[in-house]
Amino acid sequence: MKAILEIQDLHVSYRSSGSGLCPALTGVSFGLMPGEIMGVLGESGSGKSTLAGSLVRLLPANARITRGAVQFEGTDLLRANADELRQIRSRRISLIFQEPSLALHPTMRVGEQVRQVLAAHDSLGKSALNEQTRQVFDQVFPEEADRISHSYPHQLSGGQRQRVLIAQAIACGPSVVIADEPTASLDPTTQMEILGVFRNLREKLGLAMIFITHNPALLCGFADRVLVLYAGKVAECGPAETVLASPRHPYTKALFHSIPTVFDRPENTRKTKLPAILGDSARSLPIRGCPFEPRCAGKMDICKEREPAAVNLSASHTVSCFKYES
Amino acid sequence: MKVEATIGKNMQPLLRVENLVKRYAKRSLAGTPEEFLALDGVCLTVFPGTTLAVVGESGSGKSTLAACLACLESPTAGSIWFEGREIAKLEERASRQIRPQIQVIFQDPASSLNPRWRVMEVLAEPLILQRKFTREEIDRRISSLLERVGLSPDIVERSPTELSGGQRQRLAIARALALEPKLLILDEALSALDCSVQAQIANLLVELQGSLGMTYLFITHDLAMAAQLADEIAVMDRGRIVEQGRAQKILKQPEQETTRQLLAAVPRLTLAPPLLEQ
Amino acid sequence: MRYLLRRLGHALLLLAGVSVLTFLFTALAPGTYFDEMRMNPQIAPETIAALRAQYGLDKPLPLRYVSWLSSLVHGEMGFSFAYNSPVAPLLLVRAGNTLLLTITSTLLAWAIALPLGTWSAERMGRVPDRLLSWGTAMLLVIPDLALALGLLVLAVRSGWFPTGGMASVGFETLSPFNKLRDVALHMILPVTALVLSTLPLLFRHVRAAIADILDAPFLLAALGHGIPKRTLLYRYALPAAANPLISLFGFSIGMLLSGSLLIEVVMSWPGLGPLLLEAILARDLYVVIGGILFSTFFLVGGNLFADLLLYWADPRIRTESNAQ
Repeated sequence: MKAILEIQDLHVSYRSSGSGLCPALTGVSFGLMPGEIMGVLGESGSGKSTLAGSLVRLLPANARITRGAVQFEGTDLLRANADELRQIRSRRISLIFQEPSLALHPTMRVGEQVRQVLAAHDSLGKSALNEQTRQVFDQVFPEEADRISHSYPHQLSGGQRQRVLIAQAIACGPSVVIADEPTASLDPTTQMEILGVFRNLREKLGLAMIFITHNPALLCGFADRVLVLYAGKVAECGPAETVLASPRHPYTKALFHSIPTVFDRPENTRKTKLPAILGDSARSLPIRGCPFEPRCAGKMDICKEREPAAVNLSASHTVSCFKYES
Repeated sequence: MKVEATIGKNMQPLLRVENLVKRYAKRSLAGTPEEFLALDGVCLTVFPGTTLAVVGESGSGKSTLAACLACLESPTAGSIWFEGREIAKLEERASRQIRPQIQVIFQDPASSLNPRWRVMEVLAEPLILQRKFTREEIDRRISSLLERVGLSPDIVERSPTELSGGQRQRLAIARALALEPKLLILDEALSALDCSVQAQIANLLVELQGSLGMTYLFITHDLAMAAQLADEIAVMDRGRIVEQGRAQKILKQPEQETTRQLLAAVPRLTLAPPLLEQ
Repeated sequence: MRYLLRRLGHALLLLAGVSVLTFLFTALAPGTYFDEMRMNPQIAPETIAALRAQYGLDKPLPLRYVSWLSSLVHGEMGFSFAYNSPVAPLLLVRAGNTLLLTITSTLLAWAIALPLGTWSAERMGRVPDRLLSWGTAMLLVIPDLALALGLLVLAVRSGWFPTGGMASVGFETLSPFNKLRDVALHMILPVTALVLSTLPLLFRHVRAAIADILDAPFLLAALGHGIPKRTLLYRYALPAAANPLISLFGFSIGMLLSGSLLIEVVMSWPGLGPLLLEAILARDLYVVIGGILFSTFFLVGGNLFADLLLYWADPRIRTESNAQ
């Protein structure tokens, strides 16, 4: 089966006043299969939001895509012109922004905001548009679709706003949805609900998804494959069961270890210190060598000199670490 | 390093809340007044040197509780006893004495720190307001505060906007510690941080509790972090505490439906056995 | 509804307060209309005293206020000593002339400021924006008086425009169409002066409000949904930037009767301004009070209008004020 979205050697940097180009993504490559949920695991500074923005070319003005290609349905999105991009956005690839309270227009009813997305891509008549809007709302809001559609964003809860963003994203029937931390500001029960909404939509519409988060526990039982980003590079990429249950990259291992658990808790570990990863990702980026080296528990001499290349542990699992280079 | 607080039967609670009620008045479009009951008779007890985690969904009233306890809002009814003193309905001068002893750390470090100030000014402000320190004393305290929270001293010249999320929360903690509080209320203080940074800040909190004997009221919807940090857990639902008890018991044998639902919603990361042993 | 009634109540209180203060200050100011007459030896003191009694100037202040108030209720605003006629019709005619000028120039200024400010905000920091900002700053600095005089000089030197007044000699003999044309010609200079003096501030506010919104995440999100640029601007950006602009618009309305005084006087436009000036100098008590009250009415009305507009336009304000 051919990948529906193919990212090849993506390099993105930011031009900052005074310090030249700051790399945000370096050599990111992966493929997304149709109907697949790819979880992208990354913390602040990993480049995950830059990745999301680059796929639909929605980056801040000081961003520069210096190398790479994003192949989608025969077009390289990085070289498409403004018109082609506008046609693709939301109709073929949708981006769900972070922070639903900020991503919605404050004084426009949410039903109208979804209708606008439809109107931008389909030149239908008014009643047809309204009918379609109602259908989209019914998919995302099993109850009270009408009342919610007439509300303003500030009258809705966090979870409801997130569902509106999802409605906007699926309105035109895209084949790929990119969700950037969609559950970040929600409490656990609402988080589970939203994940359920996504699962539902994947089943009904056959969507392929890129789900970006910093919380690996969310991807358990949800994502098909997991890609771990660290400092703009792909640290590890493989099937979800493998990566989440037995991660190989030192960063992934350390990250999973530092997360507290409720269940399966060994006795008397309450109020002990968690095995946190020391240091700050944003500050300790070395000039050459592996970016995780300063904080790595198992660092070797070679880690300071060269960057590790991606090693194939199996047909579908790659890791970028010298430990696995034989 | 383990910190196990012994809750002796003879120990006085640091904080005791009795039947706390908070009502907000709203008016619907039709003009009829509506009332929103944020807190509906909350009762809880916190012993010194321990951590009480208050867990619940959004809308359960956790943040209103934090606001009332920190004297940022006045409750409609009920009483709050801090070190044996009633503080719910104090007048201005008396409450100004109490306030430094109860400090709050909020969820969003960006909005609780003035972006136009440098770190130096952020930390100096509470010390200056106390009016009993000289300039050198203030500088000395700032250095020791930064060291205590794990920030490097050359950060004093930076603005909070240049700091990462974890650094900002450390700064917020340092600022709270400047007043030498007895009770620290953490209102979703870790929720906006990355997972690995949460672990770092959680460790800092455990360390501070051990060395300074701080008492924490940890408000969160993250049961896993509550399980890690708390001696006791109180479960909140629609303005009431539905269950409170030792952390171990609440997590293993929940009695209320709300608690069970919260436990069911916790996302699990199941690691394979070889990894668990490392 | 409650909100509206509350605001109306406040407005009435304000107007009443202003009327009391104006009455007080004008009456307390040294001199009366008849002082000039007193200095004329040919007029007997008894005549003056009789005139004063006739106009009620010998009664105590509160009594005068109450009788003025009661005549106000009947739609009369007192009597003008100088013009020897009731105040109300006098004020209405002059106010009408002023409004002709100010409504035209306000509409024009907004019609220019909105697109220009938006255009400039989109190009913030680049050369066209910098030029416009610099140009409007210069205009802002130049006093209205200098602007008006400068335009007058232009009129005199070029002979293209009439140099003052509202109508040419022989106005009555013109056909209706020519009458309109004549007034329009006379309006060009004062309207230009007014527009030039109000435009810079409006432009800068529009630019600031739009620039603020252009950074907002929801615009980026809408762009990400493929919403076309034009819809983004008019359906998304402008409504979101409307709040400060609506308040400013209310202020513009408020200034409709008071903002053009200087220009009217300099360009001899027969509006409320010159009338008020004369009346103050001549101590024509009831004209002064009437004129000030008129202006205040517009000011208060303008603000109220802006608040109502804001209430209608922003659903967040609606729910907030209902929550109080």
